[in-house]
Amino acid sequence: MGVEGIGARVARKEDKRFLMGQGRYTDDMSVPGMRYAAFVRSPHAHAKIRSIDTSAAKDMPGVIAVLTGREMLDDGIGNLICGWMIHSKDGSPMKMGAWRPIAHETVRYVGDAVAVVVADSMGEARDAAEAVLVDYEVLPAVTDAVRALEAGQPQLHPEAPGNLIFDWQLGDSDATDAAIAAAAHVTEMRIVNNRLAPNPMEPRAALGIYDSAEDHYTCYTTSQNPHVARLVMSAFYNVAPENKLRVIAPDVGGGFGSKIFIYPEEIVCLWASKRAGVPVKWTSDRTEAFLTDAHGRDHVSTVKMAFDADNRITALKVDTIANFGAYMSLFSSSVPTYLYATLLSGQYAIPAIHANVRAVYTNTAAVDAYRGAGRPEATYLLERTVETAARELGVSPAELRRINFIRAFPHQTPVIMNYDAGDYEASLEAAMAAADWNGFPARKAEAASRGMKRGIGMSCYIEACGIAPSAAVGSLGAGVGLWESAEVRVNAVGTIEVLTGSHSHGQGHETTFAQLVAERFGVPIDSVSIVHGDTDKVQMGMGTYGSRSGAVGMSAIVKALDKVEAKAKKIAAHLMEADESDIVIENGALKVAGTDKSVPWFQMALAAYTAHNLPSGMEPGLKEGAFYDPSNFTFPAGCYIAEVEVDPETGKTTIVQFVAADDFGNIINPMIVEGQVHGGIAQGIGQALLEGVHYDPETGQLLTASYMDYTMPRADDLPSFKVSHQVTPCPGNPLGIKGCGEAGAIGSPPALINAITDAIGNNDLTMPATPQKVWAAALAAGN
Amino acid sequence: MYATNYHRPSSIAEAVALQSASNEAKYVSGGMTLIPTMKQRLAAPSDLVDLRHIAELKGISVNASRVRIGAGTTHAEVSASPELAAACPAICHLAAHIGDPHVRHMGTIGGSIANNDPAADYPSAMLALGATIVTNAREIPADDFFTGLFETALEDGDIVVAVTFDMPAKAAYSKFPNPASRYAMTGVFVAKAQDGSVRVAVTGAGANGVFRHAGLEAALSADWSADAAAGVTVDAGDLLSDIHGSAEYRANLVKVMAKRAVAAA
Ligand SMILES: Cc1cc2nc3c(=O)[nH]c(=O)nc-3n(C[C@H](O)[C@H](O)[C@H](O)COP(=O)(O)OP(=O)(O)OC[C@H]3O[C@@H](n4cnc5c(N)ncnc54)[C@H](O)[C@@H]3O)c2cc1C
Repeated sequence: MGVEGIGARVARKEDKRFLMGQGRYTDDMSVPGMRYAAFVRSPHAHAKIRSIDTSAAKDMPGVIAVLTGREMLDDGIGNLICGWMIHSKDGSPMKMGAWRPIAHETVRYVGDAVAVVVADSMGEARDAAEAVLVDYEVLPAVTDAVRALEAGQPQLHPEAPGNLIFDWQLGDSDATDAAIAAAAHVTEMRIVNNRLAPNPMEPRAALGIYDSAEDHYTCYTTSQNPHVARLVMSAFYNVAPENKLRVIAPDVGGGFGSKIFIYPEEIVCLWASKRAGVPVKWTSDRTEAFLTDAHGRDHVSTVKMAFDADNRITALKVDTIANFGAYMSLFSSSVPTYLYATLLSGQYAIPAIHANVRAVYTNTAAVDAYRGAGRPEATYLLERTVETAARELGVSPAELRRINFIRAFPHQTPVIMNYDAGDYEASLEAAMAAADWNGFPARKAEAASRGMKRGIGMSCYIEACGIAPSAAVGSLGAGVGLWESAEVRVNAVGTIEVLTGSHSHGQGHETTFAQLVAERFGVPIDSVSIVHGDTDKVQMGMGTYGSRSGAVGMSAIVKALDKVEAKAKKIAAHLMEADESDIVIENGALKVAGTDKSVPWFQMALAAYTAHNLPSGMEPGLKEGAFYDPSNFTFPAGCYIAEVEVDPETGKTTIVQFVAADDFGNIINPMIVEGQVHGGIAQGIGQALLEGVHYDPETGQLLTASYMDYTMPRADDLPSFKVSHQVTPCPGNPLGIKGCGEAGAIGSPPALINAITDAIGNNDLTMPATPQKVWAAALAAGN
Repeated sequence: MYATNYHRPSSIAEAVALQSASNEAKYVSGGMTLIPTMKQRLAAPSDLVDLRHIAELKGISVNASRVRIGAGTTHAEVSASPELAAACPAICHLAAHIGDPHVRHMGTIGGSIANNDPAADYPSAMLALGATIVTNAREIPADDFFTGLFETALEDGDIVVAVTFDMPAKAAYSKFPNPASRYAMTGVFVAKAQDGSVRVAVTGAGANGVFRHAGLEAALSADWSADAAAGVTVDAGDLLSDIHGSAEYRANLVKVMAKRAVAAA
């Protein structure tokens, strides 16, 4: 490891511009003639549109155009789609209702777009949006997925009778039932995973620019995957063919999954730009973000976990109802299926597992991937159940987990996944040591003397990252492949540009990826630039989500670096009249091993481009590309321990200690990885204690539409985290990387709820464990 | 935000004249309530009359045992005032726990009580301290001033100039913040006057805004102790229920915050 190579804590190259306020986000973009869009949105959760009268709005000052869904339909703009096909257990394909970018017949959630105004200023656009008169016939609404499945409830889409999108299963139902029937003990629970609003700091935005001379479109947008956005907008939404559509995702201020999807607004900005003849920019405000960004989670499950007389888990049976909201968002169907049920084995050897998942339409915002996507839901369900079982069986939670840990790899679970490597005991031990687990009783007694209830809880999570082997996901219904691409360009002066299909929206790729190159060629990271986020510059790539940029994105870079290295060595060998196999690259020079002969890196690069003296038959230049398709998922895992104090008088929970022991495989930049863990844990704490989307169950109004009512975690809600890493390198990719972006959000909620329920002696507690809920639960337990 | 006209008067008389010149004008002080409301397009004043540059609204003074706080005093100024720290530290503590530093450096006591948000902190202090609200036209006892949710005895055009109150013998404020907004889910201000009388005001919890709690006042008059507060039954009947807390939970908080306030006084 050099000071800037693999394993070094290099300060983030990108932070200078962010800290100086010089980041360039979509809303910072301005082009001549640009105008502003404001959307007219449904105030009703469910209604028929009788008529839309735009005449008054069109007469308002500054208004250029007022456009409706009918006109979009006339122009042939397609429906939004869900790109992952799921088949129900009866073999029928999922039942997808039509999602128009702008509704023209029916609105299905509060915030559904019904018209768009383009005007000279944002204020004028909003003024005119208020003047659009929509005549609605209000229909009854349903927001709760369990209720939406009942008879007699409002129906959202004619395509999906009973609001049921699919009824899917995974695993062996008979074997699972038989094992449960034969069990020595069965732990049963009802588990609710609360709905969350993603809340990236930068709200969504889009700028559509139509060039009539070239019949070409440019879209600046807040996307985690600009190439996928281009593909989907071309192939499905009929906005423009790919060669006539450039998508640029410049600096993006956080995504957490919510910016994977293609939303109506960017499609509308592009289309309106042609219709109105001006570039059109839209920027979401915070309440629009709460209303229209795809939410996360929202599962209600029942679970049975069976044990034999030796406390070994013999079976797991799960029945989950997943709320999809009013429309099927781009990857919504994959989240509660292949990203969820496939992880239900956790870190445990479980012979039989069966999961049934019903996906349900409701009159709420769409639900899709949010940091962890399916894996937090699986982990929460499993780790709450294991902890509860330990309490019922009278075994220590650590012991029960140890008895059931998978210890031999590779390990085939009954739910598709084949775990390649791991050492769960190592993380458990590291976490327990860091938490001083054995000292807990004394700390609890001391807290009791102050009138505080102290509790401790753990969670042993596993997740699947490095998404994903293309053929495998294709066979499971994915509409796309999940490889990644890279191109490495060595310039004539030896500086290096890496064009990556990954997209950084906070992950620090400009630093980490450069470290990889610095390590390989011994060049300073300042001479390496990472280029991403622009379909005109970068070859097709799949983008960033599912903690895939390290394991998949960097593996593609490694493959391209291999090719560059091979050619560079050939050139150097030729220049030094040495054998290619004797060339080593060290400290920015190509050397003949065992001699003092060397050619500086830049000189080799110059030789590649002057082409005056290259090996015969070699093409000039030094630029190589690669596509990398992973051979398996990667399996980060770890153990988290939370220790809390509950004030029984108010129900307020204080996190007094939080320990994370993670195995992410090899690590390129520990500082960035720790930052990812910290942020993930903060989000997990948000889910467990603070955050929850509330809709009024009758009217479908969003009650948590601003920070006055939606509780984001703040610095004083968080303790200092004790973070450590155990390393079992991933055998599946060249760097041995597993991925770290989501672990914190996946592993932390169950540890926290296990700790709080331990403190108050009542296991009946749902997330977010707000003071009022904890107070009531403590009271019910006789505290 | 809708377009509006901005005015910067330098005297109360000028401000009143500007306000009355238009029937859609509004005073603005710190703007910490009014401006967000305008940004959300929930308020559309034709004119904004800025009260921040009027010397008569400024300043904190303590004469003998009478405390006077100018309406234009920011929460930060109240929290850091040495005069108030000596006369009534409870109000410094209260001001120090309003919102965040930005809000405390902009928001004013006059704006807060004129707005009478049912979860705002200051109204409870005014009621418990038996304060007088001094306007350009009248002097209004706090008991008559806070009349309902976002409702006060102010008439159109009235400017809050200052609040005055007698230095209490003991006082304290205990607040349980709403986890999201950090306004008071329940805040209780207890005050024992120099003559020994006790007033207890509750904010955040009432279905009709800030109120005095007779049961707590009676119990604490008889016995100024945390235990006495803990023994009082708080009826959930008139309390607020919302997604953050049921009326029963708030009733519990009234008692717990009262207890803690007495212990801290
Ligand atoms: C993020 C945030 C957090 C907050 N947290 C809290 C909290 O924890 N506790 C709390 O109590 N408050 C809180 N507030 C509110 C804050 O204290 C405001 O400053 C206060 O409510 C209003 O004061 P202002 O000076 O900003 O009034 P403005 O917003 O300027 O005005 C509010 C209203 O009062 C009128 N008005 C203003 N001054 C006068 C006057 N002198 N005479 C007559 N009418 C007048 C205005 O016309 C307007 O109708 C918070 C605000 C924000 C933005």
